[in-house]
Amino acid sequence: MTAALALGDDALVLSHRLGEWAGHAPVLEEEVALANIALDLLGQARVLLSLAGDEDELAFLREERAFRNVQLVEQPNVDFAHTIARQLYFSVYQRGLYEQLAAGEGEFAGLAAKAVKEVAYHQDHAEHWTLRLGDGTAESHQRMQRGVDALWRFTGELFQPVEGVEIDWQSLQNSWLATVTGVLERATLTVPAGPRSGAWTAGAGRQGIHTEPFGRMLAEMQHLHRSHPGASW
Amino acid sequence: MAAVTADQTTQAKAQGTVQATAGGPEGADGAQLAAFDAAVAADERIEPRDWMPDAYRASLVRQMAQHAHSEIIGMQPEANWISRAPSLRRKAILMAKVQDEAGHGLYLYSAAETLGTSREELLDKLHAGRQRYSSIFNYPTLTWADVGAIGWLVDGAAITNQVPLCRCSYGPYARAMVRICKEESFHQRQGYELLLALGRGTPAQRDMAQDAVNRWWWPSLMMFGPPDDASAHSEQSMIWKIKRHSNDELRQRFVDICVPQAEALGLTLPDPDLRWNEERGHHDFGSIDWTEFQEVLKGNGPCNEQRLTQRRRAHEEGAWVRDAAAAYAVKHHAEKHTTTPTPTAEATA
Repeated sequence: MTAALALGDDALVLSHRLGEWAGHAPVLEEEVALANIALDLLGQARVLLSLAGDEDELAFLREERAFRNVQLVEQPNVDFAHTIARQLYFSVYQRGLYEQLAAGEGEFAGLAAKAVKEVAYHQDHAEHWTLRLGDGTAESHQRMQRGVDALWRFTGELFQPVEGVEIDWQSLQNSWLATVTGVLERATLTVPAGPRSGAWTAGAGRQGIHTEPFGRMLAEMQHLHRSHPGASW
Repeated sequence: MAAVTADQTTQAKAQGTVQATAGGPEGADGAQLAAFDAAVAADERIEPRDWMPDAYRASLVRQMAQHAHSEIIGMQPEANWISRAPSLRRKAILMAKVQDEAGHGLYLYSAAETLGTSREELLDKLHAGRQRYSSIFNYPTLTWADVGAIGWLVDGAAITNQVPLCRCSYGPYARAMVRICKEESFHQRQGYELLLALGRGTPAQRDMAQDAVNRWWWPSLMMFGPPDDASAHSEQSMIWKIKRHSNDELRQRFVDICVPQAEALGLTLPDPDLRWNEERGHHDFGSIDWTEFQEVLKGNGPCNEQRLTQRRRAHEEGAWVRDAAAAYAVKHHAEKHTTTPTPTAEATA
């Protein structure tokens, strides 16, 4: 597995999930915001996948077992609270990751320096919505807690070291935990008690072991491209 | 994709909501009306605080609301293909376009709000079926090529309609249109380029492109509204300079633009009567199926039900999110201020 593929797949798959919100968001401003984040991520994915090969071949012609994204990003949108919980977990992770990469001299330093600005915006968006939903109404609090709880078990995988990504994974994990805990507490939410990883989820996505909704997502994403082999679009 | 259309003239007529005369209420200050008429005649802009005839205000609210609604309903047929876009480049372009449309909706609701209405009120009317959106968005996107046909034809028709609106007499609307038209032209070129790629592609891609153009051509021509002799409000709108050209004039302009573009794409337009008329200096074209147009306007088009249902569902399912944002804003407003806050529904940003 190349590191570019792992990071690129994360961005590609999450971008796709966010794209599913188009036309369904709770308020017009969120149509703009979610599409904006999806576009940023797709831009990152295209740069990263191009480092690993041909972006379209990689996106549209690999099967499920060859994708290297973490399982967190492939989780279905469910509702706005689940979507925000997924954004919170991932954007805090991605920001810490890109900050370290931008500070280093590896092959991703240039990309990370640009992307970290986008990701800071994503994190800000996710944090503010976590606060609004957690500390909003009784219903929004309950839904946000449910989203945060449901996705917690997928967060351990974020910190499984990726070969070729030269960063301090332990400090990434520590700062992630501190940031996420701080946001959840300010949002009057309970930090989930369960394990952040287990036998099933630990590092599975990075090894090409995914969750069931992912195959269906790929079927939709790849269907047209695969129906016209060799065509250019 | 912004298809403000002349549909509204027929709709308004059907609803009987537009007054045909420019007068304000009984006893309105004649001097104010004279000043308004003079400003419009001199091509000056009417601004939110200026006096304006009630009918002018009502007519603008309706047109701008319909335009805003068209932007947000218009997201649906294209968003239908975001998850299936065949390359990452095309996917990025399509997502950016749908995002722009949401932004256009926001500009237009804001512009409409300068006339004393609110976005919530307008959305409620849309959801209740009391305000319309462009008839074009009631057609389904059945293949990827439809995304290109919408860009080329639907956005093309919208731009033909909207460029003159940049000179509309109402300032906030005209300024919103300047921004919107820039983005629309970009979308239109992208749609054309998408079809060009298909036209130069495999036989299957070419067939897909031709099929899409066959399905979208006539509905696009309908976007200019009923023929001039059946469009009673055009005249008043033109006097007020809300509208600058007649429906038929704009439709002719659009046909004349599209014919050479279709040739360059290597595609045909589905009209056996389409031919150059040397004498007129324009293309003659076949007659539009106005029965179909009326049916779509009445709610009997292929996707009317689906579009409105999805819009209502997004709104209803998002209610708890908007409530949460409002409740949070009130709580945190209360923390910062000792006075009792007034709960409002505006904290949804």
